[in-house]
Amino acid sequence: MSIFLDENSKIIVQGLTGSEGTKHATRMLASGSNIVGGVNPRKAGTTVEIDGATLPIFGTVAEAMQETGANVSVIFVPPAFAKSAVLEAVDAEIPLAIVITEGIPVHDSAQFWAHAKAKGNATRIVGPNCPGIISPGKSNAGIIPATITGAGPIGLVSKSGTLTYQMMFELREIGISTAVGIGGDPIIGTTHIDALAAFEQDPETKAIVMIGEIGGDAEERAADFIRENVTKPVVAYVAGFTAPEGKTMGHAGAIVSGSSGTAQAKKEALEAAGVRVGKTPSETASLMREVFANL
Amino acid sequence: MDLFEYQARDVFESYGVPVLPGIVADTPEEVRAAAEKLGGTVVVKAQVKTGGRGKAGGVKVAHNPDQAYEAAQAILGLDIKGHVVKRVMVAAGARIAQEFYFSILLDRANRSFLSLASVEGGMEIEQLAVEKPEALARIEVDPATGIDEAKAREIADAAGFPEDLLDRIVPVIERLWWVFRDEDATLVEVNPLVLTESGQIIALDGKVTIDENADFRHENHGALVEAGDVDPLEAKAKESDLNYVKLDGEVGIIGNGAGLVMSTLDVVSYAGEQQGGVKPANFLDIGGGASAEVMAAGLDVILNDPQVKSVFVNVFGGITACDAVANGIVGALGKLGDTATKPLVVRLDGNNVEEGRRILAEANHPLVTVVDTMDDAAAKAAELANA
Repeated sequence: MSIFLDENSKIIVQGLTGSEGTKHATRMLASGSNIVGGVNPRKAGTTVEIDGATLPIFGTVAEAMQETGANVSVIFVPPAFAKSAVLEAVDAEIPLAIVITEGIPVHDSAQFWAHAKAKGNATRIVGPNCPGIISPGKSNAGIIPATITGAGPIGLVSKSGTLTYQMMFELREIGISTAVGIGGDPIIGTTHIDALAAFEQDPETKAIVMIGEIGGDAEERAADFIRENVTKPVVAYVAGFTAPEGKTMGHAGAIVSGSSGTAQAKKEALEAAGVRVGKTPSETASLMREVFANL
Repeated sequence: MDLFEYQARDVFESYGVPVLPGIVADTPEEVRAAAEKLGGTVVVKAQVKTGGRGKAGGVKVAHNPDQAYEAAQAILGLDIKGHVVKRVMVAAGARIAQEFYFSILLDRANRSFLSLASVEGGMEIEQLAVEKPEALARIEVDPATGIDEAKAREIADAAGFPEDLLDRIVPVIERLWWVFRDEDATLVEVNPLVLTESGQIIALDGKVTIDENADFRHENHGALVEAGDVDPLEAKAKESDLNYVKLDGEVGIIGNGAGLVMSTLDVVSYAGEQQGGVKPANFLDIGGGASAEVMAAGLDVILNDPQVKSVFVNVFGGITACDAVANGIVGALGKLGDTATKPLVVRLDGNNVEEGRRILAEANHPLVTVVDTMDDAAAKAAELANA
């Protein structure tokens, strides 16, 4: 098992023919992902060669799904065109759409989310502004390096890409069931709570690391969810204790507004729910190693 | 990005939202001239991007141009929560009969938009939400459909606006939605929205936050970022497309990925507690594909900060290869030559780390110390900043 992504995942790449799409499709293929094609309306009917693999390009997501049985789309389309790419994936009802693109206007994200919701959330959206999902040894959909660690019993959910890599690296001796990068934008499709709920149900996941950062109240809501619904051990890390108020720290969603969205409030909420919160990434990893020593 | 009040006022006016005449001024003389032009009683208002201006003495009523001049002398240069007042707006006075509150904002938790409205205006919204939650109407706005006349009426009804005002309030709410939608705003707030004694509805004070991710479809948004308001180092960083925020400490920070850089700031602050309270000097994310050029540009910005005493380069090579980062550091130091005088602590991990560390060891630059872990490197950088 694993969550959201496994050995049966058949991946298409929207934006495969662009430079980012090609670069990361190459890396995904090298890590064993089953990429079955790409989507580009202007290049429909052509093929691209990536490291010996011949990938067909389809005009639409629906057509790609019909021809290949694809069930995952990874989206590398530039910000100005990302909304229509996501809307197309949602209309085709592909089960999983992972939006890697950084810099999508938040109104566009709000609109594609509203559309997905109106369609009954047949498509799980992950991102935008995220590194994607990896279930080591099974599939890799996005830009997470596959070489950091192998399969294991830890579920990881994070707003941050590099902190995901850092934590996978710190815990490489134990290994990961699935790492989900949910993204650093103010509006994202899949939340900490969605990943926590899935990890709770996943028999291969024995414990969960949750990484949050300043901005919004997703961590506080996740803390409430954990208290009521998660029986597996959860260890957390929150970044941005020293971030000044009113400044966006790299991620569009990482901003303390007045007294809301602070790292301190998130830490306190998580601890009140029984979650151990590390002061640094290394301390968080140590807490997780302790959890495993006692399992 | 938050707009200044006068910018919000101008945006409102361009969408037909009723506002009072206002003139911006940077000196007491300009304020006097503005007060003469407007005539009668005016209000001199500090233009800073923070709340609580009134309490801090940043808003003064003046009954004639001389009083306006004096008010400007008192307000210009005032420090309001760390924001020094460089500009004021001279606004025409209004006779207020009643104050209301209205806003549209991003609702992160529900991945939607939210409208807040109240007939109890004038106080801070956070205070109102706590003290009189029943007086604050919260109506979801569907991003797909927005606010039409019927929706505006629903919001006004929920807030309890008097029946006889609805025909005047509803068009204002619709227009504020147009501002929110068409300017790609994440916040449009009017506090207070007032009813004047002569029966007009007026947006007396406005706050607008625009989404910089949408700048590509708004040619006018560039002009809203005023050169005078931006830290010179932030402006320099922006020219090189670097994601940089100036802070007030001594340890310059360069890292890859927003989360890792935020984490680095925290770890350096903790280490700094043991070093006389040394703190991070900045946030700088060089992003995924950190080339030698990007590293050089980043180092150039940081080494130009006179407050910086040491630099911590913290990179986890995911897509970025550590050898590229190491080459970037060596190349940047080579380019900077004798102008680089501050010690650098470098921590590399991940993709091609051995090669990266080998390159740094071989270069053996006198300013560079390589430390294996993030925590130890932060401690070293803090120690060097306290030396």
